[in-house]
Amino acid sequence: MITTDILIIGAGPTGLFTVFEAGLLKLKCHLIDALPQAGGQCSEIYPKKPIYDIPAYPEILAGDLTDKLIEQSKQFEPGFTLGERAETILKQDDGSFIVTTNKGTEHHAKIVAIAGGLGSFEPRKPLIPNLANFEDRGVEYIIKEPELYRDKKVVISGGGDSALDWAIFLSNVASEVTLIHRRNEFRGALDSVEKVQELKNLGKIRLITPAEVKGILGKEKVTGVAVEKKGEDAFIIDADHFIPLFGLSPKLGPIGNWGLEIEKNAIKVNNALDYQTNIPGIYAIGDVNTYPGKLKLILCGFHEATLMCQSAYKRIFPDKKYVMKYTTVGGVDGFDGTRKEAPKAVVKAIE
Amino acid sequence: MQDINIKITDRNGKMHEVVAPTDMAMNLMEVVRSYELAEEGTIGVCGGMAMCASCQCYVKSAHKLPEMTDDEDAMLAEAFYVEDTSRLGCQIQMTPEMDGLEVELAPEI
Repeated sequence: MITTDILIIGAGPTGLFTVFEAGLLKLKCHLIDALPQAGGQCSEIYPKKPIYDIPAYPEILAGDLTDKLIEQSKQFEPGFTLGERAETILKQDDGSFIVTTNKGTEHHAKIVAIAGGLGSFEPRKPLIPNLANFEDRGVEYIIKEPELYRDKKVVISGGGDSALDWAIFLSNVASEVTLIHRRNEFRGALDSVEKVQELKNLGKIRLITPAEVKGILGKEKVTGVAVEKKGEDAFIIDADHFIPLFGLSPKLGPIGNWGLEIEKNAIKVNNALDYQTNIPGIYAIGDVNTYPGKLKLILCGFHEATLMCQSAYKRIFPDKKYVMKYTTVGGVDGFDGTRKEAPKAVVKAIE
Repeated sequence: MQDINIKITDRNGKMHEVVAPTDMAMNLMEVVRSYELAEEGTIGVCGGMAMCASCQCYVKSAHKLPEMTDDEDAMLAEAFYVEDTSRLGCQIQMTPEMDGLEVELAPEI
């Protein structure tokens, strides 16, 4: 069981900054995120897009903001459970919580801070009537174990980077790779598009465009897919695996069933005080919460994280006297033994 | 600056006649959100960067719309329930030329 002071659900900008603010109060954090990397939307949807309203940064790329937040939090040694979704929460008699992920990883924390943005990212599934029957029986939306496809016949559909990148990668693993897209044009990075073209010319990838997978064949497992090419009759391709890669979309998911007050797909919090939810000890910060006048801005998430940490501290140490300290005055003591402080001015007498 | 009238059919098939300002740099997705015609969190997920297709709509009137950018075109190529009349609401700016526009929101994904 992983134990920590504050368990943060969601490793986006708000969650990452919480690690820093908690660290100043000597509270340790652990983060859970459904995505395989930290950064949330900033790294998953728009890493190369600029943001102009981060205070003191006239312009910063979303991916760079993530990198800097990770760097800033590092001294407080946060733990990460990535690629797993927080599924259930159990309040203990002592007021602490046990949160378990979809893969069964258990986390024990005094405080839970939900910084889940718009929810956990789930694969977007194409509209094929019998698709669900074949999930994990030859249909996969995320490639976790490439060796699964060794010497198998694989059909990939989609037109973005992940479809292109996996088609390229699997062309060296699978016995057959077919890439199907609704258009002749692909949206991925130029060098990926060129590489697919090259592999197509070498006969290592079969490209079918503009076309769509309309049905799946098989009894227990996938044995083929029905493909419709524009203006032609449908035909069948033998396949052991069908991998639709149409990106991810965020869903509030299991958090919606934790007994929290939900309004407009967001968690209601007390914004007069500390962003606590209707369950004491569970806070919601950043895009995932709502209150009168709420703005879904990264900078608002930072503010909410800061106030929330102060409240969490008081909850954990109700009797301790505490005043907020400026980092310029008190310096920053990392859990890794590092110390940052303002250089002392040298006093020298004037003769 | 003048306000314009727009007809928006929501995901339940109900038609709404709304007034949109043309001087607030608003797009159609934002108009839908400001009138709460689609549930928060199910529209404008990417914030309006043509990167999620949650604001896909079908254009019912014969307005001359702004040309599709490569981004929008590519996003629609990966979206679901796409028709010939599909556009991304976030890419349609509210200008005086859009007065009388009629759209229907595509189903939620």
